[in-house]
Amino acid sequence: MADSDRHPLFIPLIAVGGLIFGFGLGYSHMARPEVVLDFLQFEDLGLPFVMFGGAIVTGVVYFLAPKLLDRPPLTNRNFERRLKPFDNQVLVGGAVFGVGWGLSGICPGAAYASLGVGNLTILWALAGMFLGAYAQGLWRSRNEAGDAAPAGAD
Amino acid sequence: MVLDPVPLQVFAEYFPNGISRYAIGGLFVGLGASIIYLGTGISAGASTFLESTLSYVSGQSRFQQYVSSRDWRLVFTVSIVAGAAIYSFTLGDSFQYSTDVQVWRLFVGGILVGVGTRIGKGCTSGHGICGVGSASRTSLIGVATFLLVAIGVAQLVAAMGVSP
Repeated sequence: MADSDRHPLFIPLIAVGGLIFGFGLGYSHMARPEVVLDFLQFEDLGLPFVMFGGAIVTGVVYFLAPKLLDRPPLTNRNFERRLKPFDNQVLVGGAVFGVGWGLSGICPGAAYASLGVGNLTILWALAGMFLGAYAQGLWRSRNEAGDAAPAGAD
Repeated sequence: MVLDPVPLQVFAEYFPNGISRYAIGGLFVGLGASIIYLGTGISAGASTFLESTLSYVSGQSRFQQYVSSRDWRLVFTVSIVAGAAIYSFTLGDSFQYSTDVQVWRLFVGGILVGVGTRIGKGCTSGHGICGVGSASRTSLIGVATFLLVAIGVAQLVAAMGVSP
């Protein structure tokens, strides 16, 4: 996982990827909480085309990358699929996230993009996200400090 | 919407804005994540930025584990904002959009999103785009969980007459 042997183009590539990612969130209207809420209320079923459209593209690349290249040109990592261990946390966290998403129509990436399309009101959601992540991290740091064996990183 | 296949017109009622904006936007989102993966091997999620950025201001161990990645996560996030701004000024409505969703919904929802993505190991981009793209069982379950719960909550809130 060490990123110490980064190529000089590492940060520029992240920036290009982020620009395209953010452009896509703007184009797909995911930066608008109303559009997400319309999907969740079955008034506009377009949202799965964004999520699964994006997942199909990454799916092809995750499959092809290790066949085309030995390793990523800009880091000393390996091409690994995004596989996180399953436990009850995934269900608990997913449910809490779902309540927040259903209430606000906002998720992290879309919230950043919303700022980019001029929606300054979204700062309320961003403030909430940082507050939630901070509370969660504070709680978990204390738990881990109390444990003899720290839980596996995710 | 020129790119909408004819059969989907049958379901036009459920796609008042067509599907091309969603599908094309999704392809760009996937392309952005793919370029980063192809160059670096990193599965770029959007929600870890919350914790990694907190490492600048908090010494808690939970945040400090992200010190090595916080710089590129900051660049990724600023670029997402900039990418959306490029859309807004070229094909969008020039930075004129502002949400009508009430502030308390955004704030309380934001808190729950902040807690939930961190406990649940990912969000709509980490699980939804990169995880599903990896055919990860964990991510598929994560996505199913937050989708179903979000649908239930949004329907409930609407049924209670809260709008927007």
